[in-house]
Order: sequence, then structure tokens, then C-alpha cells
Amino acid sequence: MIALFFRDLKLSIRAGGGAMIGVLFFMTVVAVIPFGVGPDLNLLSRIGPAILWIGALLASLLGLDRLFQAERDDGSLDLMLMQETPLLFTVFVKCAAHWAATGLPLVIASPLLGLFMNMSEIAIGATMLTLLIGTPAITFIGAVGAAVAVSLPRGGLLVSILVLPLAIPVLIFGVSAVYAAIEDPAPFLPPLMILAAITLFFAVIGPVAAAAALRHASD
Amino acid sequence: MSENSLAIRKFSDLANPTRFLALADRLLPWLAGLTAVFFVVGLWLSFATEGDYQQGETVRIMYVHVPAAWLSMMCYSVMALAALGTLVWRHPLADVSSRAAAPIGACFTFLALVTGSLWGKPMWGTWWVWDARLTSVFVLFLMYLGLMALNRAIDDPARSSKVSAVLVLVGFVNIPIIKFSVEWWNTLHQPASVMRLDGPTIDPEFLWPLIVMAVAFTLLFFTLHIAAMRNEILRRRVTALRRLAARSAGRGARTK
Repeated sequence: MIALFFRDLKLSIRAGGGAMIGVLFFMTVVAVIPFGVGPDLNLLSRIGPAILWIGALLASLLGLDRLFQAERDDGSLDLMLMQETPLLFTVFVKCAAHWAATGLPLVIASPLLGLFMNMSEIAIGATMLTLLIGTPAITFIGAVGAAVAVSLPRGGLLVSILVLPLAIPVLIFGVSAVYAAIEDPAPFLPPLMILAAITLFFAVIGPVAAAAALRHASD
Repeated sequence: MSENSLAIRKFSDLANPTRFLALADRLLPWLAGLTAVFFVVGLWLSFATEGDYQQGETVRIMYVHVPAAWLSMMCYSVMALAALGTLVWRHPLADVSSRAAAPIGACFTFLALVTGSLWGKPMWGTWWVWDARLTSVFVLFLMYLGLMALNRAIDDPARSSKVSAVLVLVGFVNIPIIKFSVEWWNTLHQPASVMRLDGPTIDPEFLWPLIVMAVAFTLLFFTLHIAAMRNEILRRRVTALRRLAARSAGRGARTK
């Protein structure tokens, strides 16, 4: 399992893996926003957390179709299906590796983009923390979509359509936690707790459903 | 095929599509007639009753809006049950049922959203607010459309059935969120006033037309659903026959 984790991680970091493309996309999306709404620093600092979250959501959707596609193309997916270890754990480990390769760089890149957005230190820290807690949930939800669309020739766009509605709660509570950290009266902890609960919930549901979909898609 | 062999005694007998088609043919006229009767009574009641002292005539939108919203959730529950039937019991008709229900559910959800927005304009002063109930119903609408897109993308029904069943079950998370959204987040949309443990808090003047309309909408759903299932079975038969014809034509050409 650990070997699988590092194998996936290496595959996605090396050339052609597309992990860095996600971060680049994230930066581009965030950099495009000031052109759209104008370079008003006050406005940017107010909408900054939301922009960072939406950018991270879109960027993590971008690489999802590659989660099982490459394995299916070269046949190693069939080997994983026949393994003695439950498919559930295999999917879970693959999700974890995918998050470490695509989600974690987004979290690391977010403070820099927060500076571009003229956000305060507290807001940057809160955004980073919520992204760290929230992006695994997007990966786990996305695993279901990726497994469902794995046998389709052009599954990428369909995965995004299927996954986005389910990822809305993550976005809502992530952004509301950041705003609660900036503005004083609202408590910071409840939305953060709910965000963590959503992540844990989908960490259970996601691999189960993805494993079921993979089994049925293969036969 | 004698009449006796088409008799349905157990639920599993429905697995035979021919039996189901025979039952559907016998049931559909009755269901359609009943639906029409309930709609006539319901519409007459909803226009005969008095308007609300505060909302005036616009309260009549409720008689369409509330049943459509109920049905949008019930349709998804039917789909989830059918998905369970596909995955657990491998019931052949369950997949047909869930596939046929998706467009109908999308229509009811769309109707609920449109009437809600028409009602919201005079009452709340805006077409749309990002309230918890409205947002979660909108998400439900998007999920219906996504499922329809997935069903279309995979042309082999044997393969698409299991995969979309998994997705339907995952999306079922949204249904309790819709139901309890008005209680968890106390926002603009009013909480439930009919289905409550301590009895309905709504005036009988409005309750009766609402109940009749709800029954009419439910019957309409079942009529449409059975008709759509029949069409889906026939469509699959046509596809199978076409493939068979193409194959035999190819074989005939080779032997010549």
C-alpha cells in the first residue's frame, strides 16, 4: 500500500503527470479575477478567500479524470481489481496519493496568492487551514465521479459536472469558516468542525462508492 | 402465451418485461383517468377557495409549487430505491425505472423552482435568493441533469445501469439536506407546515386543495413513470432487434 502511494505520487509529479498543471491553473484563475473585477484592493481583500476557494475547487477538479484513467489504459487497474487487498483500501490510498500530488501544492501556493489578493495575515492563515482540511473531501467526492466515468472516452467534462454539485457544501463551509475568522462576532470553530466532518464523511463514502463503480465498470 | 402465465403473484414476477408490459397496458388508462379526475377536482378547489388575507391571490401558486417540490424529492427517492434494487437484487426493471424517472424528476424540480421564483417575486420582492432550501433544490436539479448526461454518455444499458446506480446512491445525501435545510439554517424559506409531528399548522381552507393537488401530482408521476418505463423497454427491444437484423444481414452477405 505504501509502495502504491509512492508510485502514484512519483507518476503524477514527474513529467506528463499533470500535478503542476493544477497549481498553474489555480494561479491563472486567481490572477484573472482582478482583470474582471478591477484592481480595487479593498474589494479584492474582501472577496479574496472566496476567490481562492473557487480557484482551488476548479483546479482540483481538473486532474480528477486522471485518477483511474491511466491505470485503465495500461491495464494495471485490472491487476488492482484482482489483488487480495480490498479494493476499498487501494482506492483510498490512490485518493491520498492524488491529493498529496495535486491538493497539497494548492494549499502551499495559497498564501502567495493571498498576498496578491491583499488579504490580512489571519485571512491567509485561515484560508490555508480550511483548504488543508477541505480539499481532501473534494478528492474523495471526485474519486466517485472518476470511477463512474472511467470507461468513457471523454470523461473529463462529465466528471466535473457530476462532482461539482456534491462539492458545493465543502465550498460553503470552507468560505464561511474563513469569513468567520476575519469578522469578529461569528465563531470560527463550528464551520471548521463541519468542514472536517464533511471530509471524514466523504473519506468513508467516497472510496466505497468508487470501488463499487470500478468493479461494475470493469465487467 | 395464455392469460394465466401473465398473472403477477410476486414482486419478482415483474422481472419479466413482457409481464410488466401487460400490467402497464392494463394499469395505464386507469391511472391516467384517475389523475385527470384528481386534477379537475384539485384545480377547481384551488380556484374556488378564498385567497389568503395577506398574500391575496398569489397563495394559489402554492397548490402547484408545494406538490411539485414534494414530487421532486419523492422521485429521487424512487430512483435511489431502484438503484438499490439494481445493485442488491439485480432486478432487471430497477435500472429501467431509475433511468425513466430522471427526466421526470428534473421536470418536477424545474417546475418547483420556476413556480417558487414566480411566488417569491411578489412575496419576498426578488426572483431568487441564495437561501439554503433554494440552493439545495437547485443542486438536486443539477444532479438530475448530470445523471441524465451520464445515462446518455454510456450507450450500453447493461454497463451504465450499475455505474449510474452508484452515483444515484451517493447523491441521495442531498435529500435529507433539502428536507431539513429550513430547520438547520433559519433563512427566508418558511419551515414545513403540513408534514409535522404535531399536525398541520395550515388552515383547512388551504389544506384540502393542497392535499388533492398532491395526490393528483403523485398519480401524474406514477402515470408518467410507468409510461416512460414502457417506452424504455420497447426502445431497448427495438435496439436489440436492430442489432440482430444487422448481424443476420452481415452473415447473409458473407455466405453469399
